[in-house]
Amino acid sequence: MLHIDYSDYATMRVHGEETYPHECCGVLLGRSEPSANGAPPRNRVRQIVRAGNTRTDSAHNRYNIAPQELIRIQRQARTLGLDIVGFYHSHPDHPAQWSPTDFAEAHWIGCSYVITSVEQGKAAITNSFLLTGTTEEDKRFEDQGIEIDVAQVHAKRHKNPTER
Amino acid sequence: MNIHIPTPLRVYTGGAETVSIPGATITDVFSSLTTQFPELKQQLFNNEGKLRSFVNVYFNDEDLRYLPEKEATSVTDTDELTIIPSIAGGSACCSCCPLL
Repeated sequence: MLHIDYSDYATMRVHGEETYPHECCGVLLGRSEPSANGAPPRNRVRQIVRAGNTRTDSAHNRYNIAPQELIRIQRQARTLGLDIVGFYHSHPDHPAQWSPTDFAEAHWIGCSYVITSVEQGKAAITNSFLLTGTTEEDKRFEDQGIEIDVAQVHAKRHKNPTER
Repeated sequence: MNIHIPTPLRVYTGGAETVSIPGATITDVFSSLTTQFPELKQQLFNNEGKLRSFVNVYFNDEDLRYLPEKEATSVTDTDELTIIPSIAGGSACCSCCPLL
């Protein structure tokens, strides 16, 4: 299960709309929590970080985060007491399903890979896939449910009743 | 020197996100690292003993691949090594897809 606040979930999707027709990408910071009965761990997102897509040669169907930016984000996570627990990107005018390219380029076992389809500039479906396995040779994507916490939004609105 | 371990590899370092490994060169440090944590070897290196193509290694803020002496670079206790797997993908079905 991927657990994420509604505001972060919405921000991810808006990012995909902003970069349309190009793919957006970013990093999910949080904690990975063990589950009972041998179930896959729950990745609880505490913060999302937008990243730049360095694939300017083919940004409509590819993304890449520069390692230097990834290191900076990892340092930021360490400062906050968080870990990198996943990544997100968009598929402009493509389904929210992992592609062979997504699979070939996925190396963060235990992390969530969130994909949002953006159809004609509007965010449509968002899916999450957990990369499981132990090595490059036996890795696989598994469908992962997304649990969206709306309580944070309600709490913020209660504190600030003028917010729209 | 301190080596920063990315999230997916911490299962092989007992959960440690940073490990301190002695050595005179990066090669020495990698050798000691994989001796202390043997399961890391398969994760970091291919069958020919070379770093897997998707494994980025930064010596302080420099990409190991572009260091003049690469793995033979001398290190001190205050230097840092960061291991960071690449992150990429996209909706393209394969590498032969037209770029534009």
